[in-house]
Amino acid sequence: MELIKLEKPEKLIDENNIRVDGRKLNDLRPIKMEVGVLPKANGSAYVEMGGNKILASVYGPREVHPRHLAESNKAVFRCLYRMATFSVDERKSPAPSRRENELSMVIGQALEPAIFLNYYPKTMIECTILVIQADGGTRCASINAASLALADAGIAMRGLVSAVAIGKADGKLIVDLNNVEDQFGEGDLPIAILYPLKEVSLIQFDGILTNEEFQQCINLAYDACEIIFNKQIEALHKRYSKEIIEKDNKKEA
Amino acid sequence: MSSYDVIPEIEKNYIKELLSKGKRLDGRALDEFREIKIEKDIIKKAEASARVTIGNTIVIIGIKVSAGPPYPDSPDSGVVTINAELLPLASSHFESGPPSAFAIEVARVCDRGIRHSDIIDKTTLCIIEGEIVYIIFGDIYAISFDGNLFDAGELALTTALSSLKIPEYEIIESENGKKEVNFINSWKKVEVNDIPVSISIGKIGKTLFIDPDEKEELALDSRITFTFNKNNELISLQKGLSGHFSKEEILKGMEMALSKVDMLRNKVIECIKDFE
Amino acid sequence: MFDEDNFNENGELNNLNKDEENKIKSEIGNNETKSKKEEEPSRKLVMPGELLDEGNYKAGIGTYIADKKIYAATLGLLEIKGQYINVIPIKGPYIPKVGDSVIGMVINTSIVSWKVDIFSPYIATLHATNYLNRPFNPLRDDIRQYIDIGDTIYAEIISFNRTRDPVLSVRNKGLGKLKGGRLIHMVPTKVPRLIGRRGSMINLIKDYTHCKFKIGQNGVIWLQGNKIEDEFLVVKIIRKIEREAHTLGLTDRIKEFIEKEKKRSDVDNGVN
Repeated sequence: MELIKLEKPEKLIDENNIRVDGRKLNDLRPIKMEVGVLPKANGSAYVEMGGNKILASVYGPREVHPRHLAESNKAVFRCLYRMATFSVDERKSPAPSRRENELSMVIGQALEPAIFLNYYPKTMIECTILVIQADGGTRCASINAASLALADAGIAMRGLVSAVAIGKADGKLIVDLNNVEDQFGEGDLPIAILYPLKEVSLIQFDGILTNEEFQQCINLAYDACEIIFNKQIEALHKRYSKEIIEKDNKKEA
Repeated sequence: MSSYDVIPEIEKNYIKELLSKGKRLDGRALDEFREIKIEKDIIKKAEASARVTIGNTIVIIGIKVSAGPPYPDSPDSGVVTINAELLPLASSHFESGPPSAFAIEVARVCDRGIRHSDIIDKTTLCIIEGEIVYIIFGDIYAISFDGNLFDAGELALTTALSSLKIPEYEIIESENGKKEVNFINSWKKVEVNDIPVSISIGKIGKTLFIDPDEKEELALDSRITFTFNKNNELISLQKGLSGHFSKEEILKGMEMALSKVDMLRNKVIECIKDFE
Repeated sequence: MFDEDNFNENGELNNLNKDEENKIKSEIGNNETKSKKEEEPSRKLVMPGELLDEGNYKAGIGTYIADKKIYAATLGLLEIKGQYINVIPIKGPYIPKVGDSVIGMVINTSIVSWKVDIFSPYIATLHATNYLNRPFNPLRDDIRQYIDIGDTIYAEIISFNRTRDPVLSVRNKGLGKLKGGRLIHMVPTKVPRLIGRRGSMINLIKDYTHCKFKIGQNGVIWLQGNKIEDEFLVVKIIRKIEREAHTLGLTDRIKEFIEKEKKRSDVDNGVN
C-alpha cells in the first residue's frame, strides 16, 4: 500500500528552462558537508545534496577479518552501501538488496584508485555509507561523503574523489538529477572524478544520448565536480582550521 | 581502543578501583548521565524521526507507516514492529550481516517499553477489524556506539512515536464487495498517553552505576535495564550479560534508576512540546 | 616517497631512511626552542592531492611524486626542512617501526608466543624465549602462566617488514609486563610532542604531577600516580597537547595550564 505516489509531472522543464525544483539546467542542488561527525570512527563525514542525507565512516587500516582474505602487498578496501529503511517513500526492508550490493561495489571501485593501498599491506580499510534520506543521485553523494571520510581518517590518498549525476529531461541536458528527474527523465549518467589527475573513476549510464550530447554531459560533469571538489576542500579546512584551536583556548581561560 | 572485545586487565582494574571510590574514568558520579541531546523530525521522508545523543553514543530512528493485516490473535489492533540495526558505521566491533544477538536484544528491550506502557492504544490503529490495520515500523540505527544503546534507543523511540502523524484513509468498496484502503494526503496525530523511560545500570564488583559507556560496558560484570511508565511504575526489566545481582543490589539499582526518570522524561517532553 | 614501487630490497617500506625520518620527527619538538621573537609562519594545512612543488624540493614524508611534481599524500601540515617538503599527517594509524617502544595488550596465545594488539593494523608477536630469556619447552610450561590474555606489556619492535608482522622484544631495561596504573590513548603522530625536545615536555609533566610514565610510540601511554587527581590532570594535559600539537610555545602554555589547574584544585580542596 503506497502512501505517497510519485507521479510524473506534466513537464520536467518549463518554457523558461526552469526545473521542477526551481533550478536552472546547470545548477547543483544545495550542498552541505561536514567532516569528523562520528566520534568513534577513524574518519567520517556527513553530506547533504538536495534531499540526500548521507553518512560515511571509515575504520582502518586495521587487521583483516577474516584473515585469509588479507593481501600480502596491499590493503583490502571494503565498501558497504546501505539505505536506511526510512530513507525512501515506502519502507525498505533492512536486509541488503541487490541494488545496495551493486552500489557497494561500484562506489568502492570509484574510490579505490584514490587510495595508496600498497602503503598498508595485509590490512583492511572499511568504508560504510548509510543513506538516511534519499533523493536521487545517492551513489554520487555517497562517493563525495566517503572521499571526505577517507581523508579525515588520515589515509594516504592520491587525492579526493568528486561525483555528480548528469542527465537529460524533456530533451535538455541537466546537472545533478533529483529523484523525479531520475525516475522520469531520459538519461542518468553518474560520473566520479579523481583529483588531481582529473580522471574518471566511475561512469555509468542509462537512457538515450547522441554522441554530441554524451560529450556535453562529460564536460558538464567536469564543471560540476569542480564545484563539489572545492566544497569538499572547504569542509576539510573547516574541520581542522586554527579557529577551532583558538576557540578551545578561550574556553580554558 | 582495541578492535577486540577484550579490555586490558589494567584498564578493567583501574575502572573498578575508581568505582570503589565513587569515581569514573570520565569524572562522572555513579548516578550521573552523560550529556543527552534529543532532536525530532530530522528525516522528512519518515513519518516521524528522532536523533538521540548520550555522550558519544548517537542513535537515529525513523518511523514508517503502512497498512496490512493484523496479527490473528488481535484482530482489532494495529501492529508496531521495532527493529535495531548496528552497522559497522557505529563501531569497529560491529560487523555487517544479519542482526546480531545484541541488536536483537536492543530492539526487544525498546519494544517491551512500548508494549507495556500506554504510549499508544493499538486499537486506535484499527482500520477494518480483522482485515486491515495500520502497521508501524520503528527502525533504530546506531550511528555511533559508546555504550548504553538501550536508553538511547528508548528515548529515540518514545520521541519519534510522540511526534508521529499517520495518514487518514478512505475505504473503497469494489463491486464484488471487496474493501480496499487508500491513504489520502491528510494527516492526524497519533494519540500518545505515556512516555516510558528506560534506564540501564551497570555493575562492576559491588558498585552500581548509571549509563555505562563503551569502556565500562567491556568491563561490566552485569547489567540491568529498568523501564518505567509515566506513573513511575515498573513496566519492564531486563538483566543482561552474565554476572549476578543480590536482592539488595536490584532494589538499589531500581532506586538509582528512579532518581533519573523524571530528568529523562522531561528531555523528551521538552523536545516534543512544540509538536503540532 | 610514496612512489608506486617504493620498497627497498628488504621489503621495507621506504619512507626515507630511518635516520632522516627520525631527524625530521625530532625537529618537530624543535619549534619549542625558537624564541617567540622569531615568528615562524604557522604551518599550512594541506589536502590529499594538493600540489606542493614543481621541481625545487625533494619529496619527504607524507608526499608522492607524479609527473615530476610533488603532491601531498595525506591530510596534514606542510613543512619545509632543508631540501625536503614534508606533510606531517594530522591523523593516521600507527605503522610499526623497528626500534620503537610500544605498549600493547595480549589478545591471543600460540603454544610458544603471545599475540599482542599494539593498536596498529598489524598484530605483533612476542616469543616466550624472549620474555623468559631462556629456552621454552611448551610440553612442560604453560605460556599463559607468565603472561595471559588481557595483560599489558611494554616492548620494543625488533623486526617488521612487508613479509612479516612485527616482532617484539622485552630484553631491554624497563620493558616487560605492566602492573597497575592506567592506560591513555593518544594520536600516535603527536607522541613526540608529549615527549618534547630532549624530553622537555614529559619531564615538566612528571615534575608537576609526580606520576610515573611509560610512553609507547604507538600512542599508548601508561601512567601511575599517587593521587587520582594527578592522573586525571595528566589526561587533561595530554588532550590539550593533542589539540595544540602543531602550535608554537606549547611547553610554556602547558606549564601555565598545569599551574592554573593545580591552583583550581587546591581551592576546591580548601588548601590555602
